[in-house]
Amino acid sequence: MEQLFQQIINGISLGSIYALIALGYTMVYGIIKLINFAHSDIYMLGAFIGYFSMTTLKLGFVPSLLLSMVFCTITGVVIEKVAYKPLRHATRIAVLITAIGVSLFIEYTTMAIAGANVRSYPPLTGILTKSFLLGNINVSMQQVIILGITIILMILLQFIVKKTRIGKAMRAVSLDSDAAELMGINVNTTISFTFALGSALAGAAGILVGIYYNSINPLMGMLPGIKAFVAAVFGGIGIIPGAMIGGYFIGIVEVLVSGYSNSLYRDGVVFAILILVLIIKPTGLLGKNSREKV
Amino acid sequence: MKKLFGINWIKTLVSLILTFVIIQLLISFNIINSYLQSTLAAICINIILAVSLNLITGFTGQFSLGHAGFMSIGAYVCALITLRMPTIPGFILGVLAGAITAAIIGVIVGLPTLRLRGDYLAIATLGMAEIIRIIFLNMDSITNGAAGLSDIPQFTNWAWLFFYTAGTIIIISNFIKSSHGRACISIREDEIAAEAMGVNSTRYKVTAFTIGAFFAGIAGALYASTFNFIDPKIFGFSKSIDILVIVVLGGLGSISGSIVAAILLGIITTYLQAFANIQMILYSLSLIIIMIFRPQGLMGSKELSLSIFSRLGESFKPKKGRV
Amino acid sequence: MSILSVKKLTKSFGGLTAVSNVNMEINEGELVGLIGPNGAGKTTLFNLLTGVYVPTSGTITLNVNGTSKSLGGLKPYTICKNGVARTFQNIRLFKDLTVLDNVRIAMHKNVKYGLISSFLHLPSYRKEEDELVRQSMELLEILKLDHKKDELAKNLPYGEQRHLEIARALATNPSLLLLDEPAAGMNPAETAQLTELIGWIREKFNLTILLIEHDMSLVMGICERIYVLDYGMIIACGTPDEIKTNERVIKAYLGEGMNNA
Repeated sequence: MEQLFQQIINGISLGSIYALIALGYTMVYGIIKLINFAHSDIYMLGAFIGYFSMTTLKLGFVPSLLLSMVFCTITGVVIEKVAYKPLRHATRIAVLITAIGVSLFIEYTTMAIAGANVRSYPPLTGILTKSFLLGNINVSMQQVIILGITIILMILLQFIVKKTRIGKAMRAVSLDSDAAELMGINVNTTISFTFALGSALAGAAGILVGIYYNSINPLMGMLPGIKAFVAAVFGGIGIIPGAMIGGYFIGIVEVLVSGYSNSLYRDGVVFAILILVLIIKPTGLLGKNSREKV
Repeated sequence: MKKLFGINWIKTLVSLILTFVIIQLLISFNIINSYLQSTLAAICINIILAVSLNLITGFTGQFSLGHAGFMSIGAYVCALITLRMPTIPGFILGVLAGAITAAIIGVIVGLPTLRLRGDYLAIATLGMAEIIRIIFLNMDSITNGAAGLSDIPQFTNWAWLFFYTAGTIIIISNFIKSSHGRACISIREDEIAAEAMGVNSTRYKVTAFTIGAFFAGIAGALYASTFNFIDPKIFGFSKSIDILVIVVLGGLGSISGSIVAAILLGIITTYLQAFANIQMILYSLSLIIIMIFRPQGLMGSKELSLSIFSRLGESFKPKKGRV
Repeated sequence: MSILSVKKLTKSFGGLTAVSNVNMEINEGELVGLIGPNGAGKTTLFNLLTGVYVPTSGTITLNVNGTSKSLGGLKPYTICKNGVARTFQNIRLFKDLTVLDNVRIAMHKNVKYGLISSFLHLPSYRKEEDELVRQSMELLEILKLDHKKDELAKNLPYGEQRHLEIARALATNPSLLLLDEPAAGMNPAETAQLTELIGWIREKFNLTILLIEHDMSLVMGICERIYVLDYGMIIACGTPDEIKTNERVIKAYLGEGMNNA
């Protein structure tokens, strides 16, 4: 029983990471119907910038976190302006291929600059090394911090989306970008802002992973990216609370499967969940059905 | 009124024979050395993969991101058969069994997933291919898991490659030009209208998917018999993307586009082998640039036709009325 | 002889009832009109008849070749195979295909050669393909599109696109033809031509025709009977003269002082 709770605690940490990444996928899909394949590489960049910040610049955790988030935000916005905006009215496949191109470009450029090897984050100091016992369950401060930061970011995100004008603009553009434009909303700015938010969250996830799991490499984004995407689909692609729920669900399931059975099946279970969702309710947990008008 | 062996048929036959003979000669005189022969094999395999994916995605409009999954089925089945029957009949059986198994899996995967549209279908096919890969990874006793299968007997030579590649191109082109092929295309154009005109869209989507899977299985079998080592990693998401890129760059809905793109990319990859990292950076940049400036790819949905040669020929004929 | 019998047909989408308790009888060879204000549910009714929507309740019975078939719940392609064809309000041609291909695809259900034949272009393929082209060209000639057989559908002028929609529907060899606003966007001269065409194809192909239209010159000019739909319910049914003077219809749809057409 205790093992179960321990696994769930671990799952919550992993789930936080997936949730942060999934939010970026879901927001971008919601607003321009694009599966942003490059998103997982922004996450990877967050991890690398965090690494660079903590080793070369010798900054502390919080400044590094902020630096990662800022860098990723800028990268995300630049990618959107340079690669996706010209294809706003192109076919789905064309944008998808472009996204793949961007993803490969980021991966291989990082490899060229930083080498393909796995790097380890510098040894942690101070509060990051502590842990405490909850009954018989071991909870590390890292896990608390990951959960804490994730919750803070999610609350901020909800605030922005629900209570600010730009948030309202984001919701409007996801529903009908032409109508939104006619109502005076600057669609381009809104889309850029969406990318900025999603990328910031991914960047945060990257550095958190660096601290928690310790090792990073240029291709680290692939598998977590796909799983976070499954999480977004599970919760309902395009729906922000869905990504949050989905992230935690996939994280906890993955840890439980890994803990209680053959860990090679861990990844398979995630994809099996994907297939089940798509067959039973493709619009996801919180999604609504929409029909084409004939 | 059309003759059974019309002029088009003869043109095709002649070009096929010429292609085969010319390249065979180049091989025999070692102008195409064994390194280039690998490239040739890779190009042929990619042509088969691209043309079969084009049938599914370009002509029938079903967005499939899992084509490498079918390739892996063909590869493993063929490898397992030829490892136990290292003879030419074994090879033929291996390819056939690989293709048929892939096709069967194609039906099984296709039936539930082809109800989905657009992005959802893409994700589902991606998930399916990953599940296939993970299954192969875990079937240690049969597939040797992550270590892969090695020393697979090598049977492919130019003759076999040519046979299968030309066969794939001809069969799929013929299919496209038939009423069944047109039914598939109508689904791409407007599924609701197609259904209203009597086309069972689910049936034809699954048909196209299965045919595509069949030929992907052939490609996988050829891959195993050429490069004599396979492991699950080879047939991951990256491979599916590579094939899709060839199809898109060549032009969705253009068979000749897929062929040209596969050849071009194969040649470029070979020349840039030395600069591996730079190659990938350039490749990714070109993807972005080409999609921005020419999203319809090289040929759009048009086909390269031999009429170019007859138009050239016209300029050499004496004009009527002149001496 | 009734060819189409619709009883108590209802379709609800969640809380919204688009079609409510509709009863309709269409006899073989008739040319019937379906009119009503925008949003009345006319196209929804067509979609129910052709299988795009599944009825919430009620029955649709098709009587063709002596057999009765319940259409409710059948898929569109099955209904097509049973002899019901339609055109679409917002033209749904296969835009990037040629005029000839658009028509040939509609003839697909009668093709007998199988997959192997199509892979290898066996003699059965060649023979049937020639026949398909011949039959398609016949139809295209009737609709004056034969000279444009290789033109992409999207490049046709609007009026010809509407003709192609009709040619395509005819190519499925229907017994019952449903035309959804065939004259939309046409000028009076084109509409007059279309009116003549519709009457002519009814004769030539032995069709029963049900058509939705807003253009009263067409409806009143050619329909033998008219159903009027308002808010999903049939509010009147009768000959053109009866409909013109029906008070409910005038109030709901035609407006005061309707006296032309």
